[in-house]
Amino acid sequence: MIPHLLSVLIFAPTIAGVLLLLLRKNETAFKGGAIAVTVAIFALSLPLYFGYDAADARMQFNEHIAWIPSLNIGYHVGIDGLSLLLVLLTTLLTPIVLISSWNSITKQVPMFVFLMLLLETGMLGVFCSLDTFLFYVFWEVILIPMYFIIGIWGGKNRIYAAVKFFIFTMVGSLLMLIAIIWLSWYASTLPGGIFTTDFIALSRIAPAIPMQAQMWLFAAFALSFLIKVPAFPLHTWLPDAHVEAPTGGSVILAGVLLKLGTYGLIRFNVQLFPAAALQAAGFLAAIGVIGIIYGALVSMVQKDVKKLVAYSSVSHMGFVLLGIFGLTVQGMQGGVIQMINHGLSTGALFLMVGMIYDRRHTRLIEDFGGLAKIIPVFSTLFLIVTLSSIGLPGLNGFVGEFLILLGSFNSAALGSHWYVVFAATGVVFAAVYMLWMFQRVIFGTVRHEENATLKDLSVREIGLLVPILLFIFWIGIYPSTFLSKTEPTVRRIVQTVEAVQQGRSLTPANPAGK
Amino acid sequence: MHHYVGLIVLFPLIGLIVNGLFGRHIRSERVVGWIGSLAVGIPFLVAAAILYGMLGSPVEERSNTVTLFTWIAAGSFQVNAAYQVDQLSILMTLIVTGVGFLIHVYSIGYMHGDRGFWRFFTYLNLFIFAMLNLVLADNYVLMFLGWEGVGLCSYLLIGFWYEKKFAGTSITWTGDAANKAFWVNRIGDFAFMLGMFLIFREFGSLTFSTVMDSASSLAPGNSTMFWITLLLFIGATGKSAQIPLFVWLPDAMAGPTPVSALIHAATMVTAGVYMVARNSLLYALAPDTMMIVAVIGALTAIVAASIGLAQNDIKKVLAYSTVSQLGYMFLALGVGAFTAGIFHVMTHAFFKACLFLGSGSVIHAMHEEQDIRKMGGLAPVMPKTYYTFLISSFAIAGFPPLSGFFSKDEILWSAFSQGSVLLWAVGALAALMTAFYMFRMVTLTFLGTPRWAKDKHPHESPPTMTIPLIVLAFLAVTGGFLGIPAALGGGNALHHWLHPVFERALDRLPTAHEYSHMTEYLFMLVSVVIGVSGFWFGRKIYLANPDADDTFAAKAGGVFRTLSRKYYIDEGYMRGIVNPLVATSDRFLSRVVDTALIDGFVNGLAKVTASFSGVLRLVQTGVVQSYASMIVVGLLLVLGLILLG
Repeated sequence: MIPHLLSVLIFAPTIAGVLLLLLRKNETAFKGGAIAVTVAIFALSLPLYFGYDAADARMQFNEHIAWIPSLNIGYHVGIDGLSLLLVLLTTLLTPIVLISSWNSITKQVPMFVFLMLLLETGMLGVFCSLDTFLFYVFWEVILIPMYFIIGIWGGKNRIYAAVKFFIFTMVGSLLMLIAIIWLSWYASTLPGGIFTTDFIALSRIAPAIPMQAQMWLFAAFALSFLIKVPAFPLHTWLPDAHVEAPTGGSVILAGVLLKLGTYGLIRFNVQLFPAAALQAAGFLAAIGVIGIIYGALVSMVQKDVKKLVAYSSVSHMGFVLLGIFGLTVQGMQGGVIQMINHGLSTGALFLMVGMIYDRRHTRLIEDFGGLAKIIPVFSTLFLIVTLSSIGLPGLNGFVGEFLILLGSFNSAALGSHWYVVFAATGVVFAAVYMLWMFQRVIFGTVRHEENATLKDLSVREIGLLVPILLFIFWIGIYPSTFLSKTEPTVRRIVQTVEAVQQGRSLTPANPAGK
Repeated sequence: MHHYVGLIVLFPLIGLIVNGLFGRHIRSERVVGWIGSLAVGIPFLVAAAILYGMLGSPVEERSNTVTLFTWIAAGSFQVNAAYQVDQLSILMTLIVTGVGFLIHVYSIGYMHGDRGFWRFFTYLNLFIFAMLNLVLADNYVLMFLGWEGVGLCSYLLIGFWYEKKFAGTSITWTGDAANKAFWVNRIGDFAFMLGMFLIFREFGSLTFSTVMDSASSLAPGNSTMFWITLLLFIGATGKSAQIPLFVWLPDAMAGPTPVSALIHAATMVTAGVYMVARNSLLYALAPDTMMIVAVIGALTAIVAASIGLAQNDIKKVLAYSTVSQLGYMFLALGVGAFTAGIFHVMTHAFFKACLFLGSGSVIHAMHEEQDIRKMGGLAPVMPKTYYTFLISSFAIAGFPPLSGFFSKDEILWSAFSQGSVLLWAVGALAALMTAFYMFRMVTLTFLGTPRWAKDKHPHESPPTMTIPLIVLAFLAVTGGFLGIPAALGGGNALHHWLHPVFERALDRLPTAHEYSHMTEYLFMLVSVVIGVSGFWFGRKIYLANPDADDTFAAKAGGVFRTLSRKYYIDEGYMRGIVNPLVATSDRFLSRVVDTALIDGFVNGLAKVTASFSGVLRLVQTGVVQSYASMIVVGLLLVLGLILLG
């Protein structure tokens, strides 16, 4: 086993990026080098999966170094089942994004590549942080490269979209920072307590914070995460960001960045404040259900494929929200696997929209039609990804949606079937907006001459999609590979909530690492 | 033998992978076609061998489960990829693979020269794979995989000729018809899913055997059982095209004709019947749902049959006929005659597959002409097609001793003896219509003087197409002998075979009235009279005057138009549901809520802040500030809500 594996994974991309900048090679070598590095990082992240002991619900691969000793702020990283899958999703998608940008990014290539590498550091850092302040730092690190990626390589309205993205996220993270500081200060007010930002230490005391204060903390964290998810009605930055962002930016945004929100909700809101989570479960699940239906209906009437996929994300992430706040093992397991599913399916959808945009420089549905005959390979793969997105059993999306709905239907925290009755209509609407778009773009006859000469996917493009497709089938057919790794973690978190619900003693969800 | 059940599912999977990945590079249509056909034919032989093994083993050892692996597990929930081999599932497997094999062979001839030949066989194999999962699954979730899988294949095959136009209500392309099928089915699936969630809440499991074992201790009439069975039944109305979700099936005729035969007549659409039969115990515990099932079945039978009277597209007539026959099956289930329902699934698979393939043969001969008003006099030109079509028409019209007589008569008899006179009367009236529209179609298509141009040169189809027709016609004649009722001195083998599956359900149903054999003979006689009169009138009227419909239209324009426009149900759905939903989403949600309200609030704040700060000479980046203030306001709102909630 590689020592300090998590730190290696987190910092290798940025270090490699700096080295590449210093070497000042030509663009091709620069891109090639970065791709090699990210592929190597993916390979390095695999031992995490095999080394992770699912039977042990504690944090693993821990590394703990004092950082600002006077404030007990530490460099503390480690993963549990929840972070494990998200780390792997990140290391899988980053090289795919870089390869996909090979031809489509032409200006300031080294800077684009560097920002992508920096982004990977930020994302991995967030998922591995076991110190709230460290978490916050990585959270902010992500913001900057994404802002520039939209603002520099984006479309016509890129500045508006980038600023909108930045402000929304910034406001959220400010609230989170206040909550983090308050929480750490609170730790020092307890008998024998000290000021600390360590997550494990805080997770021991946070559940016992008086209800009133707990609700405020919960709300502050929740808002910053809900903006990121994004939940209705805080979602309007997302369609703009997606429409303007270059393909690679969209894939990372949908594939990983949105999951920061749902990850945070589980890690902070549910794990630290189980009592408040119980209290707010109904409200947040309702927000999720509204998002499912609203996102689907608005998606249905979009004219731009990319915007359609963006709104579909609002709908899909609504499912995750519902799964989390059903506060059941099935629902949360479904939510976790749905985060991965959404990363894969929506990531693939954005990649494919990008491929077609590279050829035609338009994304309007009405500009297409009849593509099945012209580019059959594209059409076939697009169909599989579409079906994955609408939750066809046998593909990945179904496993997540089914578990979410099954779990939330029987949720004691929600105490009503109506959440799921409404949420399940999303399954119908998803088929409507996706297949309607598919039919207008792929079926029918070729209506525009420009489309008659389109080239089918290249080997490089197929190669990008194959790993994603592999996981789409894998999770659909044999999800145990992934569910078994997250189950003990999820069960632990849910049990904490259940304990509160039944008025038993408050046990922290995650005792200190090994 | 049941250990080999995995092979049954494996072969179509291999077939679809081979043809799907390499089909386009295989030059020979024969090779592609036979790979696809054998991938279905071999499982038929395996299933037959398993059946043989079951026949040789004692009754209590005939039901077995083969588990492959754990599919989805979370907390206390677990479902396996596991197959349940029992009397019911093996019967369905034989129907699916047997009829399926014949239709695959037929397709080699029918699809000859199509540029999507390999794609067609890939989809067909995928369909068989999904359908076998549906009937063999040992739990609801795997059944649901098959359930949605066959729906996907239906979608892909309806839209197979994606460049073709297809006229219908708000439909212009085959792709529209495909979407309609998928969407309507998803509405049913929505209910199916909710049903599953309720079952899991009630029984803590979604495995059939566990659920049924727990359910057998319940008393009839509890409200949870009502909701569970009702939700599952709504699922069935989608897949099996019953009121109110039947509207997709007639438009599904946009697909190639072998697809209409296999998916939209013989197998997939009977999935709902199978599903209800599989849950017979739960239904027996919910008498109210049983009544709903029976009424919906009877209504669908008569509504669809009446629409069938006024259709001119040969496939549309058969499509409404299918909807109507499926109604009979649900009528049977609803009155507790589970075996009769499954019996009709089987006989219907034979004669309706034969009819659809026959119509395909006609369409082929007439160079894609589907309007029966433009046919006539085809009998001498294509005798094999004609005679097999005729035999199957007699079968569906209920002429003894053809298969349809026995199964339909059993349903009608059960409707009376276990249901009510009214249910019987509706069924009998629908049977009269059935015989009439069938022989209207036979007469207009094959008899009288030709109404087509001389240069059409219709011809009999090749052996790959006619041999399946002959085999199916043979089955349409003989298939009924499996279920000859006791009143006619038969052993009713099917009843005995399926009895263990339905035993627990039947024990919970009120016992049927005892009637003498004399009464039963009387009802049989009435059935025969109905069938013969429908035949006689249908033939006489349209032989004398192929344009007889014009006379009807002139005399009873309103009624005739209503029938030919299918009671305006499609138009009603469009105006009542689809259009308002799209309009609301576009004009209200997207433009008002999203753009005007939320973003307008955001951007408006930006402007206000900018001008305000301009006045106060606090000029910073107005946009940034406005977003910030908007979000803070939003935050406070949501915070307040959380705290209050």
